[in-house]
Amino acid sequence: MTQPILELKGVQKGFGSNHVLRGVDIDVAPGRSLVVLGGSGSGKSVMLKNALGLMTPDAGKILFDGKDVTKDQGKAREAMRSRVGMLFQSGALFDSLTVWENVAFRLLNADGMKRTDAKEQAVETLKKVRLGASVADLRPAEISGGMQKRVALARAIITEPDLIFFDEPTTGLDPITADAINDLIIEQVKALGAAAVTITHDMASARKVADEIAMLFEGKIIWRGPASEIDRSGNDHVDQFVHGRADGPIQPAL
Amino acid sequence: MSDASTTKSGGIPNPLAWIGRGTLALFAEIGRLSLFSGRTALSALIPPWNLTQLWKQIIAIGFYSLPVVGLSAVFIGAALALNIYTGGNRFGAEQFVPNIVVLGITRELGATITGLMLAGRVTAGIAAEIGAMKVTEQIDALKTLSANPFRYLYAPRFLAAALTLPILVLIADIIGVMGGWLVSVYALDFDSTTYLRNTIDFLTMEDVVVGLIKAVIFGMVIALMGCYQGSKSSAGATGVGRAATLSMVGAAVLVLAANYILSTFFVQIGI
Ligand SMILES: Nc1ncnc2c1ncn2[C@@H]1O[C@H](COP(=O)(O)OP(=O)(O)O)[C@@H](O)[C@H]1O
Ligand SMILES: [Mg+2]
Repeated sequence: MTQPILELKGVQKGFGSNHVLRGVDIDVAPGRSLVVLGGSGSGKSVMLKNALGLMTPDAGKILFDGKDVTKDQGKAREAMRSRVGMLFQSGALFDSLTVWENVAFRLLNADGMKRTDAKEQAVETLKKVRLGASVADLRPAEISGGMQKRVALARAIITEPDLIFFDEPTTGLDPITADAINDLIIEQVKALGAAAVTITHDMASARKVADEIAMLFEGKIIWRGPASEIDRSGNDHVDQFVHGRADGPIQPAL
Repeated sequence: MSDASTTKSGGIPNPLAWIGRGTLALFAEIGRLSLFSGRTALSALIPPWNLTQLWKQIIAIGFYSLPVVGLSAVFIGAALALNIYTGGNRFGAEQFVPNIVVLGITRELGATITGLMLAGRVTAGIAAEIGAMKVTEQIDALKTLSANPFRYLYAPRFLAAALTLPILVLIADIIGVMGGWLVSVYALDFDSTTYLRNTIDFLTMEDVVVGLIKAVIFGMVIALMGCYQGSKSSAGATGVGRAATLSMVGAAVLVLAANYILSTFFVQIGI
């Protein structure tokens, strides 16, 4: 078996009396696309933030490329982050910077690249997500939500990471734009040969981008399998989620 | 009687438990703020500096505060001259107006007024900006892109405020004294030349320096409160609004407290 690029072992995370993650075990093989399903507020974003080191787990371990990075700081943490891309739920573009400065942020800051070279590379990457050079000098507030997602995608892939996290990449987009974003994600992840972890509650996206699907419920991964088996999981929770029914073992979060 | 130490039992909250919890929370908050301040100061003192960000902040904090500082200073100087004149009149000491105006402005009011006005304009602005970045995940995004928020966001604001506040205070001193002079000459029939000569004779380097040293400290307080409250602001527009309000009130109170402590210190060492 190949070494997983990312592994979460018994990860727990709570906020006061709110035990969000209660022992999450999951791993992703290099170059594979894993989709994690879960209801709103089930802790999907918290799981990603723990994996990225934006939050520290209360218990459990995070392994990146076989190395324990749970408590890493400084240089060791940077070494991991330079190999990881992240597309945030809200896009998280820096609104004081132009589109190209957003895309080239890591090149300009952490890597200290010359502005002319960085801009050239940013425009090149924008082309990959079907955005013309004309948007490069605009500010994020001047472009549409779908375009912002593309810019965020460009920022996540510009340094050719080995692993990319997608936090609800299609939430808030109309179905057609969402489908276009999904196509772009698949295309770019394939082109990089990167592994991808996508979290979503959108079944259409999940079917489209996943090699494997897992389901997060009550702070644990309760099912995991190949994307092709999602309709025959034999798990009531998964079935309810796949068919979007309000009645079943999962109580709607109201 | 059952255990009624908490409010849950429905009766009157136990005052000791309430005070205990409050004290613990206060110490925890002071601890977090100190840690945050220490990390910001270290990032500000140790190179490499982010000069692009520093320059942006010098313009935002220093240059754009000029109108507010100038207007506040001219009115404070004018009011001060009027009040000293009226008060001094009672024992025939109205000729001391220029002396007391220049002393009051340079040692005390120039710095305090600038500090308070910027606690409003700058602190709340920083808190709202950083708070909005926090709730839209931009601070997380910075970290994943290997940019340290202490270096990229907080240190440039801290440095810019500490560097520009003394300049603003110097300008407030000049405009404040001018406000006093205007009122004295045009409303109180002072002779302009005599007034200015008295001002210059009474002006000392020490008094000006006292005000400028205060200004550096006020600048640090102003930037730190804005960054700190912004960085822990909670989600939503109310969260960001709350951060802005808390930071502004905190900065204003801390500016006045620091002013008192520094004044005591300078008096102690005889300046
Ligand atoms: N920084 C935080 N502080 C306190 N509670 C948090 C924090 N982040 C997330 N939570 C809580 O954790 C739970 C899961 O949140 P999240 O992971 O964002 O859900 P989702 O699955 O929709 O992405 C929610 O109840 C949320 O309120
Ligand atoms: Mg989420």
